Amino acid sequence: MISDAPVLQQSSEPAENAVAPSRLSRYARPALGLLLPLTLALGWELVVWSGWSNGRLVPPPSRVFATITELARSGELVRHISATLWRVGLGFGFGVVAGTLLGAISGYWSLARRLLDPTVQALRAIPSLAWVPLFILWLGIFETSKIALIAVGVFFPVYLGVMGAILSVDRKIVEVGRTFRLSGFAMIRRILLPAVLPAYVVSLRVGLGLGWMFVVAAELIGASEGLGYLLLDGQQLGKPAQILAAIVIFAILGKLTDWLIELAAAPFLRWQDAFGRAKET
Amino acid sequence: MLALDRVSKTYPNGVEALTRFSAEIRQGEIIAIIGGSGCGKSTLLRAIAGLDRASSGTVTLDGEAIASPHAKIGIIFQEPRLLPWLSVADNIGFGLAELPAAERRAKVARALDRVGLADKAQAWPRELSGGQAQRVAIARALVPQPEVLLLDEPFSALDAFTRRDLQDHLLDLWADTRPTLILVTHDVDEAVVLADRVLVMRPRPGRLFDQIEINLGRPRDRNSPLFETFKRSVLASLDRSLDRRVPDRDATQGPGQAMWW
Repeated sequence: MISDAPVLQQSSEPAENAVAPSRLSRYARPALGLLLPLTLALGWELVVWSGWSNGRLVPPPSRVFATITELARSGELVRHISATLWRVGLGFGFGVVAGTLLGAISGYWSLARRLLDPTVQALRAIPSLAWVPLFILWLGIFETSKIALIAVGVFFPVYLGVMGAILSVDRKIVEVGRTFRLSGFAMIRRILLPAVLPAYVVSLRVGLGLGWMFVVAAELIGASEGLGYLLLDGQQLGKPAQILAAIVIFAILGKLTDWLIELAAAPFLRWQDAFGRAKET
Repeated sequence: MLALDRVSKTYPNGVEALTRFSAEIRQGEIIAIIGGSGCGKSTLLRAIAGLDRASSGTVTLDGEAIASPHAKIGIIFQEPRLLPWLSVADNIGFGLAELPAAERRAKVARALDRVGLADKAQAWPRELSGGQAQRVAIARALVPQPEVLLLDEPFSALDAFTRRDLQDHLLDLWADTRPTLILVTHDVDEAVVLADRVLVMRPRPGRLFDQIEINLGRPRDRNSPLFETFKRSVLASLDRSLDRRVPDRDATQGPGQAMWW
């Protein structure tokens, strides 16, 4: 009468295809991404070295690297990087807290959404740089106005991401929670939070990207230190190598911080069944 | 005993999904509800589950009125609806959060064993086949030992072979604690294999049309002539519920030929 065993053995195990990728592909994949920039850099280095170009406006990688080491040796680099990181960190922190709170409220209570969301959406339509003069008048030209600007940039993607994620939680899954009589708080903790986590991580990463964008804007407007200041200084003194050095450092820091978010979220998202994941294994 | 007393449901848009449905269901009885589309069978099930409130009429379980999900009533949906971020074991233990961890683990392990998925305890839901996922859903609903288990077309998304297998498996699990089973289905075979009593509903507005007792011993042989007779009588009742006139002695146009679904 009970014939469960045969079917069970018959069905194959999809879990098995999650075996570790071969050693070659494990190292070859990141290397593949480096191929294009390294080839370009090496090519330009050769062009300048063989005398086809003097490399004054577009300095070769070796000169950019020399500028970075020089800045590092004098201690300048650490000062600029820490100033910029501090601003991004604070602005990102405030933006994430505000965006998460308001986004969660708007997503969870439809009354709050009707009250709040139209205003937030209207504010979102304002190009964020338009706030700069006002922030400077209100908050002064020092750190506060810069951090406020970065926080504004981070706020909107996080707010939208959290609200959208909550609104799009599968009704059928919520119903499972209801059949097990989960109260409001337990429903949030056991159903809603895990369900919105993937979208939340994406919104954090988008927010961080905007934070890096806005820190440059803030530092271009008026600063005596920071990577943005290095950019401006390089322009005014005609030092393209310094500009490129700052750009390279921006790229490295941006990628690194993004990777940190990804790394921190990974243990919580192992369950995901997504297209991108299937391709990575 | 589960008592349904003139349960009606009218949706806000004015559609009368269910009208004055009354039935008394004994503890441990297996009921199949069958009927054409739009006959309110899912509406009825959701009212018993406490997920939707009836517009009028009452659902009472052992004298207690049901208006919201109840600990003694479990439900299995058409889709497994497993929580993708929990392992198979944690999904099964989802309704046992109040128990001490050791007791919960023991119950989950027993349930996993019972549905033949002990080796999948730590797997993610995405790694399961459709039949395995539905087994986990059955285990999740059964492990808190409900008195009433509702099933909303639980096997309709599975292939014929897996479906048969799970029907037998469900009966086997049912024998452990003998909860009341109320099964919504559109599969006549399934109704006759599982049910003690088949309730036939008729649509527009949804209401009870007919009841057929299936007086067959268990285990039931799907190929016996008696099984066939009960199937025919259910099909004939379905045809009548839709006012299809069925020529009686025409072999090619037997009951059930009308497209009642």
